[in-house]
Amino acid sequence: MNSRHAPKSATRRTFLIATATIGGALLVGWGLSPPRQRLVNDDGMLALDRGEFGLNGWVKIGTDGSVAIVVPRSEMGQGVHTALPMILAEELDCDWGAVRVAEASIDKIYGNVAIMVDGLPFHPDDHGKGRAAVEWIVAKVGRELGVMITGGSSSVRDAWSTMRVAGASAREMLVTAAARRLQVPREECRTDQGWVIHKSGSRAPYAELVAAAAKLTPPSKPALKDPKDFKIIGKSFARTDVPVKVDGSAQFGMDVRLPGMLYAALRMSPAAGGDWKKYEPAKVQGLPGVRAIVPMPALNGAAAGVAVIADTWWGAKSALAELPITWDDGANGSLDSAGVFDGLKRALDGNDAANFYSRGTLGTGSERVATTIEAEYRAPFLAHATMEPQNCTARFANGTLEIWAPTQAPSLVPWIAAKVAGIDSSKVTVHTTLLGGGFGRRGEMDMISQATFLAMQTSGRPVQLIWSREEDMQHDMYRPAALSRFRAGVDGQGQVVAYWNRMASGSVMGSTIARLGLSPLGPDKTNAEGSSDVPYEFVNLRVEHALVKSPVQLGPWRSVGHSHNAFFTECFLDELAAAAGKDPYEFRRGLLKDHPRHRAVLELAAAKAGWGKPLAKGVARGIALHESFGSVVAQVAEVHLSVEKSGAEKNIRVRRVVCAIDCGVAVNPDIIAAQMESGVVYGLTAALYGEITLKGGKVEQSNFTDYRMLTLAEMPVIETHIVASAAIPTGVGEPGTPPIAPAVANALFALTGKRLRSLPLKLA
Amino acid sequence: MQIKLNGKDIEIRAGADTPLLWVLRDELNLTGTKYGCGVAICGACTVHVDGVATRSCVTPLAAVEGKAVRTIEDLGADKLHAVQRAWIEVQVPQCGYCQSGMIMAAAALLAAKPAPSDEEIDTAMTNLCRCGTYQRVRKAIHLAAKNMQGAAR
Repeated sequence: MNSRHAPKSATRRTFLIATATIGGALLVGWGLSPPRQRLVNDDGMLALDRGEFGLNGWVKIGTDGSVAIVVPRSEMGQGVHTALPMILAEELDCDWGAVRVAEASIDKIYGNVAIMVDGLPFHPDDHGKGRAAVEWIVAKVGRELGVMITGGSSSVRDAWSTMRVAGASAREMLVTAAARRLQVPREECRTDQGWVIHKSGSRAPYAELVAAAAKLTPPSKPALKDPKDFKIIGKSFARTDVPVKVDGSAQFGMDVRLPGMLYAALRMSPAAGGDWKKYEPAKVQGLPGVRAIVPMPALNGAAAGVAVIADTWWGAKSALAELPITWDDGANGSLDSAGVFDGLKRALDGNDAANFYSRGTLGTGSERVATTIEAEYRAPFLAHATMEPQNCTARFANGTLEIWAPTQAPSLVPWIAAKVAGIDSSKVTVHTTLLGGGFGRRGEMDMISQATFLAMQTSGRPVQLIWSREEDMQHDMYRPAALSRFRAGVDGQGQVVAYWNRMASGSVMGSTIARLGLSPLGPDKTNAEGSSDVPYEFVNLRVEHALVKSPVQLGPWRSVGHSHNAFFTECFLDELAAAAGKDPYEFRRGLLKDHPRHRAVLELAAAKAGWGKPLAKGVARGIALHESFGSVVAQVAEVHLSVEKSGAEKNIRVRRVVCAIDCGVAVNPDIIAAQMESGVVYGLTAALYGEITLKGGKVEQSNFTDYRMLTLAEMPVIETHIVASAAIPTGVGEPGTPPIAPAVANALFALTGKRLRSLPLKLA
Repeated sequence: MQIKLNGKDIEIRAGADTPLLWVLRDELNLTGTKYGCGVAICGACTVHVDGVATRSCVTPLAAVEGKAVRTIEDLGADKLHAVQRAWIEVQVPQCGYCQSGMIMAAAALLAAKPAPSDEEIDTAMTNLCRCGTYQRVRKAIHLAAKNMQGAAR
């Protein structure tokens, strides 16, 4: 591990409730034509403290030497408040210890372009001009729309070019200012650790140069560093957000405290799509601290319900518990999980599947098929279960709306909230707090709309809406339930002659876009990600998806389509290896002749795990390889069965996971390792325990009592190995999740000879 | 009702059956202690009551009358606790939401068992973390134990 340099701890003020600085002095020279579309804001909305000067839309330097770097992505544990400033600080050549994180205003220069390009349904092996042209157009549209969203493991990839240019541009301005002051040619100056240094040895700190530098026009095409000269990128610097996360001062959405603030508790229709039929406010109206009982409409995917507003949240929740409500279950009142899976089965059997990707011709070489392998796999609905339950704080006063939210999509907030409030979106201010977990759940707008709706009824007093854990569990936007069917032919030499896969599920993006009140456009890539894009070089391949209308809301769940498709495809790969009579690792390797990147990751994981070496009796290994969000991850899991003290039940235990990743340039290796640990635990929790079931239209699980989480005692040792790479960085937050379920299932097959094709994995 | 909160005697006006968690958060604005499940499973609400790690979400105010309650805000008020320093050294937190509870549970464990074994850590640390920081939690507890023993010598 490299040495750590702790930057100034991010303060409460930096993240949130920055009202004092919002609307501060405007930046000089802002109105000049933007040299690069994402370098400077159009309207100069970079908030400046006294003694601070902005050099572009991304960085401010103080006369005290402090460097504030704008991070327009939400920190939800993935380390974005550290990785993104590192990218800019590298090119700025400043002292990392002087860096702090600054809140971003809503501005299109901060929009996430990479996530839009990644959403295009291209195959990873497609390197053609057509793809390049479409991506160019979509990137242009993406810059125009400028949607600030944190997701798709895209933050570093999106920031890579933009924040390097922003840092380098600012550095050039400081060098120019220094050269003028020292009256020397700027070519004779270099920079180091926040100083401009002339070859004569005379030097000046950035703090003394920034006032003059800020008057210059930001250069749009500054020289970027040669990666071999990187001093910050590639080092495991300590996270900027850790100090506030060990002393209780970190501000999550639920920690917002405002003068006169009220609290709201909410119950929504237990049945998906239902409504309240009758409720009796008189029963609780007089309870101490109760201010209002509010019927709530269905909003942005959230079911209709009833809210209680009170002086404290406990007061609101207690009153709500005593409020008699009768529900109208609506059209889904008789829906249960069996019915959902029957529907998926019908879709698999039907003729409406869309071809997502094909190669060769199925049937070619069929005369050589020695063995035909057929299998059907199953994955359940899953809840996100962020540790911080859903919440949002809103204040509506004098025609303006202010929102404090732990959101992954801050720039959607004004648009959505303004519609609920019936005001112009320019009248909405958004403060993004720290997020107590996101995993895709916090890109949703349901609690934003609900808090806005409630704030319209409190005569200007702010209101904090908090969902109970039970509401959070039962009104999620779930990972879709899915069935996947495979048929493949293997010849006498163990070669796969034909590979056919058809998956049935609801559409995550279709459901998500509909919740925003828009119509979905084109095919949903997330349906077939992880199935249509397998790297294995089957000559004849066809991958299809059968779309099913989902009765419950669906949403992106950490790694989205990859989360279940990786389980299906990587387990079936193991079945093919067994049918071919080959070692699962060697079998995969043999199918990756033209995929050196995948092969290298697979080989690294196998080597570090000691693949093929003997293990203790009762322990077995399984392997899985999966590409998602531009990164390739391989995992080897070591699995055994533990006998509980009762002696009866055998539990699946994972004792060690060796993880290899190629994610391009490793910006902060320790954060990458942490994300691999995180992704594995998230995926392993789902693999062993995760299942949301429906009965009578209602979600049966309600809390961690019946939606079980992996515990510390069950935690495997996780070792992460990063492939050295000079390529543009790719995703890290999600790619650790998909391979773990198949790696564990494949290990269980090696251990027991039993092939588990349904999640969660159950031996009995 | 009288309790000793973070070293100070305070008078609280809230219902005797109000969970301590909500007294801390809503009455006293001590937001470092978190709500995660409300049923004493996840441990995000862990505080010390007379030095014992306690899930404040199911602890009625009446149950802590006259007792000493300590929250995350006080643990490192003068100087960061060895557990907090180890947490920084090992870079434990991710989203951070469960970490106040984790740290309070770890501090109580080390007060009772200065050099806990892996098994003792497994038994004591039942707090849930959705980000999967468990491996680093274990490492940081061992590190804090080592540092505390070094300091005691």
